[in-house]
Amino acid sequence: MNDIRKRKQCDVAIIGAGPAGIGAALALKKAGVNDIIILDRETTGGGVPRHCGHRPFGLREYTKIMTGPQYAQRNVEEVHRAGIPLSLRTSVTSLGPDGTLDYVCPQGRGKLSAKRVLLATGTRETPRSARFISGDRALGIYTTGALQSMVYLKQMVPFYRPLVIGTEIVSFSALWTCKKAGIQPVAMIDERSRPAVAWPVFYASHYFGVPLLTGCSNITIYGKARIEGVRVVDQHGQQCDFSCDGVLVTGCFTPESILARLGGLTIEKNSGRPLTDRYGRCSNPIYFAAGNLVHQPVKVAGKCWQNGKTAAKRIAKDLDSAGG
Amino acid sequence: MKTNANNPAPSAGQGSIIASGDVAIIGGGVVGCAVARRLTLEGASIVLLEKAPDILDGASKGNSAILHTGFDAPPGSLEWECVQAGHKEYLEIHESLGLPLLKTGAMVVAWTREEEQRLAGVLEKGLLNKVPDLRLLTRQQILELEPNLDHSVRAAIHIPREFVIDPWSAPLAYLLQAVENGGQAVFNAEVTGGEFDGSHWLLKTGRGLVRATYVINCAGLYGDFVDKDVLGASDFTIKPRKGQFVVFDKAAGRLINSVILPVPSKRTKGIVLFPTIFGNMMVGPTAEEQDGRDDASTDKKTLTMLADKGRKMLPALAEMPVTATYAGIRPATERPEYRIRQDGDRNWITLGGIRSTGLTAALGIARHVHTLLADQGADFIPLANPVVPQVPNLAEHLPRDYHTPGYGEIVCHCEMVTQREIQAALEGKLPAGSLAGLKRRTRVTMGRCQGFYCSARLAELTAGKFQEPLARKISHE
Repeated sequence: MNDIRKRKQCDVAIIGAGPAGIGAALALKKAGVNDIIILDRETTGGGVPRHCGHRPFGLREYTKIMTGPQYAQRNVEEVHRAGIPLSLRTSVTSLGPDGTLDYVCPQGRGKLSAKRVLLATGTRETPRSARFISGDRALGIYTTGALQSMVYLKQMVPFYRPLVIGTEIVSFSALWTCKKAGIQPVAMIDERSRPAVAWPVFYASHYFGVPLLTGCSNITIYGKARIEGVRVVDQHGQQCDFSCDGVLVTGCFTPESILARLGGLTIEKNSGRPLTDRYGRCSNPIYFAAGNLVHQPVKVAGKCWQNGKTAAKRIAKDLDSAGG
Repeated sequence: MKTNANNPAPSAGQGSIIASGDVAIIGGGVVGCAVARRLTLEGASIVLLEKAPDILDGASKGNSAILHTGFDAPPGSLEWECVQAGHKEYLEIHESLGLPLLKTGAMVVAWTREEEQRLAGVLEKGLLNKVPDLRLLTRQQILELEPNLDHSVRAAIHIPREFVIDPWSAPLAYLLQAVENGGQAVFNAEVTGGEFDGSHWLLKTGRGLVRATYVINCAGLYGDFVDKDVLGASDFTIKPRKGQFVVFDKAAGRLINSVILPVPSKRTKGIVLFPTIFGNMMVGPTAEEQDGRDDASTDKKTLTMLADKGRKMLPALAEMPVTATYAGIRPATERPEYRIRQDGDRNWITLGGIRSTGLTAALGIARHVHTLLADQGADFIPLANPVVPQVPNLAEHLPRDYHTPGYGEIVCHCEMVTQREIQAALEGKLPAGSLAGLKRRTRVTMGRCQGFYCSARLAELTAGKFQEPLARKISHE
């Protein structure tokens, strides 16, 4: 499958085999664009849904309710069925102004020239460091993404009684992952005065038996080798000490836009996503971006898939008018 | 005898001798590692004792990675001498050991009229310290060299021979060279006491007894405690001084080329803005006196202040994401100078109070220790053909492991760390003894996502390797 080094050019290179990248690839194929290649740096395709063990995925695309891993697998199968090459373990290291991509794979380095490039590199949670959360740097601080890949891909757990920071949808998804893995969070806290999600969702913390505290300030993490506790001041100015063996830092998604940034594409100041027009075209018209790389706030997989399709249609039109 | 470096030998009781040599070195920080290398090359058999599961677990894990010229050291001091000797030796040995060097140069930049007036004093001190090629830069000259700096700069002193190095690979290479040439390193071996019988020391450690003719105390943040525990008294007291840092993403690494130093005030050297050898941009350190010797915590207020300060000097940082934050603790004492003391009657040397300049000075300090031992009559025969091991390169401007085919997979995408690199760091004569040690050897999880993508794979690759595992298998009861 990894014959990418034999390819020197293509019509469309898609970076990222998550829902947006695959949605776009399938749509391009349907529109008659055959010379496509998907590059993904991971060892398996499918993107973030690979480690989202919960439902519902795939309703829009396959009119079927699946778990994340099932959905990711189905997406990859569709790519194979359509005969679209998917080059795994392939890391794009730089974007050239003319659509030339530098990449590295275990067989060596190479260059690929594409008439159009779709960036579908997704999003990730902002870690503790970039959030400036105070305290020690002991072992046991993880994002939801890291926890879910441990639980669903490796059947491992990094802690048993963590404190959860954040009250976004993903934070509640993290509670579900904890329940599945036998982890009992000691509490869920947020600096905001009310939860980031509406009540039917945040009521779920009761279902999981996890106390929810909002309006927390002065969050400080303690621990020598491993996490030992977290101290916060709640909205009433009351100091609370939680004894815990880990901290789960959830949400606060940030686009994975380093390639775009280093490639000289215009980046929006506050969001950090590449600037695009409504078709997903970046400041350099050879480049497009789709999926959660450009969504703010983040959207579910189906919306990313759909968004990839929109960009694909525009790319197909572009190539058509260029006589490609 | 051979000692398994990482895992405590199951049968070694407190009463049996687990290692012996000419010299016992207490502490696996940069100073201990450099002393181990120098004395091994001079022909001594050394045993390095470290209380943590890996080297660089104390002050040395959080320094600012600058190879100093000593332009601002007290003229004629031992510190100045060791910094200059260390700078010289690093330039001589770095290529053979595979250690990188980023020839950044530095500028002491004046932002106010008052600072501008003090530059003359900085230049004078630098000349007195025999640092070559110093020159005064005008505002225009500064901006020609560093066009992204805030245009409110007024003047600067250019110090072309201040460089940036890899603060963790260097000491690793020093100790590795000692070990490759017969030296021993014992981990999880905290020294709790000892006895001198007139010719030999018998040190008590958490792993058993260690016998040596000479002892070099390189215990850094705990140097005074070790002196008290073993000798009964210490002539200095460690006054820990914390320095917090903010590391900006690699996209910011291209914004400046030089180390931007502030004009030093009486109290502190101040906050520095500098590119790292790994391709990031860094701001720090603070100088916070505290009691805790292992309290390397960071706090939001200070980190925010540091980031703001960086953005003021370099406005383009405003758009750059933060990658990491951390703090280091300098083993300062009640006096500013190095606290090096030789107890000739008891074959003991204490290397205390070695702060920020230690990374550079360590190689010079090690030579100084050898001189002290020779003066005392130690008579070693230098190795004729020492083994010169190479450490893997982690510097961004030089070829990394992923540039060579056959690396398996890239595990950490932010820092481009390969499976082959991680496996190599878990094996060999000085394998990583903790996750922190593995991070310092490979940079795994040290990038912008801090383990969002690779923690699971890393937990799998390191299973069974560390005392404190990243994760455990889910139990199915």
